[in-house]
Amino acid sequence: MPEMNTSSLPDLIFTILFFFMMVTTMREVTLIVKFDKPTGTQLEKLARKSCTSFIYIGQPTEAMRAQVGSGTRIQLNDKYAEPSEVYDYVSAERNELAEVDKPFFTVSLKADHNTPMGIMTDVKQVLRKAYALKIVYSANKPRE
Amino acid sequence: MGKKRKMPGLNTSSTADISFMLLIFFLVTTSMDTDQGLGRTLPKPPEDDQLNNEIKVKERNILNIRINKDNYLMIGDDYVTVADVKERAKEFIANKENRKDLPELKPKKIKLLGQRMITENHVISVQTDRGTSYGVYFAVQDALVAAYNELRDELAKEEFGVVYANCTKEEQEAIREVYPQKISEAEPKKYGQAL
Repeated sequence: MPEMNTSSLPDLIFTILFFFMMVTTMREVTLIVKFDKPTGTQLEKLARKSCTSFIYIGQPTEAMRAQVGSGTRIQLNDKYAEPSEVYDYVSAERNELAEVDKPFFTVSLKADHNTPMGIMTDVKQVLRKAYALKIVYSANKPRE
Repeated sequence: MGKKRKMPGLNTSSTADISFMLLIFFLVTTSMDTDQGLGRTLPKPPEDDQLNNEIKVKERNILNIRINKDNYLMIGDDYVTVADVKERAKEFIANKENRKDLPELKPKKIKLLGQRMITENHVISVQTDRGTSYGVYFAVQDALVAAYNELRDELAKEEFGVVYANCTKEEQEAIREVYPQKISEAEPKKYGQAL
């Protein structure tokens, strides 16, 4: 029996590889907070992911709980932060963007649905002070 | 010139394995999460001299939605549930019967639609306690956006025969002018102290 010609297999795999490289983005941070985003029906897609910075708010993951307790925390980059530190984070993130992209700078708030509004309000007030006025309340579509 | 020697082909059977490795590497290190959410624009930070003279809005033009720390909702003076928010908001934004307790209707000339009575000055304000849970706040915001979207869809069907998303840019602009989205990100207030 003649062997099957597999010479096009690498091309196929490469095609899949390129597809994945295009549709996915590098995972930037390892999450150290757990959050279950609220669900909504009127959501819009994020327009420019490259101009977006993320702020994660939720309870520390189980591995971190022994060190920091289980109160709701804010995660910026790879560490926990206080609301006041959001100012520096946002300014730094915006400075990394090209000049033409700066007006599109958006902050996406990925927060757990049990987060008390006090923390959200604190963060929002800091964002206002930092002139990061475009925000997105990140959410999930309801499951069918 | 002797016999032409045939060059042996390079063995490429391992290319597939190499590209599989790359593929798996990318699958592991990347995430396909498409971020979705509700977009909002925060107001500019208050200037020092602006703090004391807040903009006065007539009482009938404000829809006050309050959420307390136990996640109970109040619209105006009534206790409601999250499910009621959308209908109340639609009633408030459109004020189709020109009721006295709902926002005032003002005539405005709009491209494509002509003279229209619209509730130009209405404001929806959502106030929360520090203990309110974010999920409830988000549900209310979502319901408000749903109210606007339904009103816009209704108008679009009435005027142009298609839903808002399928209208042309000019038509969408006209519709947005009739129902401008005015959800106020209110200054936080401390409750429990003098209101």
